[in-house]
Amino acid sequence: MDSNAGPLIKLNNVSKIYHKSPVLEDVSFSVNRGETVTLIGPNGAGKSTLMKISLGILDATSGEIERENDITIGYMPQKVMIDEVLPLSVKDFLYLRPRTSYDDVAKALETVSLSRMADQPVQSASGGEMQRILLARAILGEADLLVLDEPVQGIDIMGQQEIYGLIAKIRDKTGCGVLMISHDLHLVMASTDQVLCLNRHICCRGTPEFVKDNPEYHALMGRPMEGIAIYNHHHSEGHDHKYHGHDHSKDQQDD
Amino acid sequence: MIDDFILNALIAGVLIALIAGPLGCFMVWRKMAYFGDTISHSALMGVALGIAFDSQNPLIMIGTCSAIAMFLLFLQRDNRFSSDTILGILAHSALSIGIILISMMDNFRTDMMYYLVGDILGITEENIYTIGGVAVLCGVCLYFIWRDLLSLTVHQDLAHTEGVKVQRVKIMYMLLIAFLVAVALKVIGVLLITALMIIPAAAARSISKKPLQMIAFSAIAGVVAVFSGIMASSQWDVPTGPAIVLSATVLFLLGRFTSRA
Repeated sequence: MDSNAGPLIKLNNVSKIYHKSPVLEDVSFSVNRGETVTLIGPNGAGKSTLMKISLGILDATSGEIERENDITIGYMPQKVMIDEVLPLSVKDFLYLRPRTSYDDVAKALETVSLSRMADQPVQSASGGEMQRILLARAILGEADLLVLDEPVQGIDIMGQQEIYGLIAKIRDKTGCGVLMISHDLHLVMASTDQVLCLNRHICCRGTPEFVKDNPEYHALMGRPMEGIAIYNHHHSEGHDHKYHGHDHSKDQQDD
Repeated sequence: MIDDFILNALIAGVLIALIAGPLGCFMVWRKMAYFGDTISHSALMGVALGIAFDSQNPLIMIGTCSAIAMFLLFLQRDNRFSSDTILGILAHSALSIGIILISMMDNFRTDMMYYLVGDILGITEENIYTIGGVAVLCGVCLYFIWRDLLSLTVHQDLAHTEGVKVQRVKIMYMLLIAFLVAVALKVIGVLLITALMIIPAAAARSISKKPLQMIAFSAIAGVVAVFSGIMASSQWDVPTGPAIVLSATVLFLLGRFTSRA
């Protein structure tokens, strides 16, 4: 699918086993420069594990991870709690990134429109502000690849759109690749090139438009736009179909 | 005039405080106070070994403390027990082993109390050289790793992604604590070493706005505590270790009440 020359990162048939139970099975994908790949899937689908494997924080049980040589990765973890006992300003939190100057820090804060918070204690940031601060930390050092674990966590809908817009703007400006986890396909549609539906294995993949209408996606996520949607509604759409177990023949077809 | 033995005690105490505070800051930030206790309690095993070999060589102490630190690292790989539990097991087992071993020594003539709360009168010029050497070594190492250590304290995965050698820095930090404990034992005793790391750091928190400030203030607070503790101890003939610790506590309370009042 993505066999163009020189992806920033490429995972081939990656599997991960924790305590004898599979967390990820045969996951393959790649991220190119200027491309946004969004991971979507229910809780416990292995999204964060897949990200940590991509980053080299965790080792895969089997499979290959190819990273382009010497790329800089900007990572935005899911949650960062900084204890009050550490006196740390927003500016100094960002300055923790190795090989950074305070000038770089000021620019990154400007990009996320938080210059006013530079000297505030980092603990005083609200949920939304903290996400922006983390995004600023990720873009420091001119990352070739941004890896964002639920970048809009704990932010209201308006703020979510703003953050996604900001990420798209940064990508267009710097030409970096983006790999991110999201819960809401509709919000990321505009700025995503490829969506991977993950539930231990990749259930379906493609452009957001394709995935949006894919029964596998609906079986996995339910129908978020219908307020009272209950799983029963979807019996005719092949709800049973999905739970046939691990449909390996299907995975192979996908490849 | 200050007596020679008090002068020796002051020099040794100040050297230790200069390093204990900064190391203690990271201990406070990383919530590792119990780790310090474990290392210092196990230092008593080093004492026992020293007596057994009839040797004052500081390498015995340093080796024992470092070995315990590394053993801990190994035990922590088992995820079934929280690090708290493992530290609790090791700290008290090590203390018990140390006490039993020492009580079994025939050639043991000193009061055990000295090892528990420090033996300030017994500090020799040679001790000062050892302490000075270790203090300089710790200071230099900390200078090189403090930023990486701070980064992984804030968020380990983030630090890893940004190229910090997480495991290496963590091991170095643990070894620095082991080194310090090994030489501080004589001044402040196994039961109280952690206090000299934690309390000055906590005292520095209320007046600090930056990590480096807190590190600097904690060193100063430690020096003040050591100085006033030793003076109080010689003035009123009370045990030195506890006097130092209580001086630090006074500083902490002062900071606590003046800054938030």
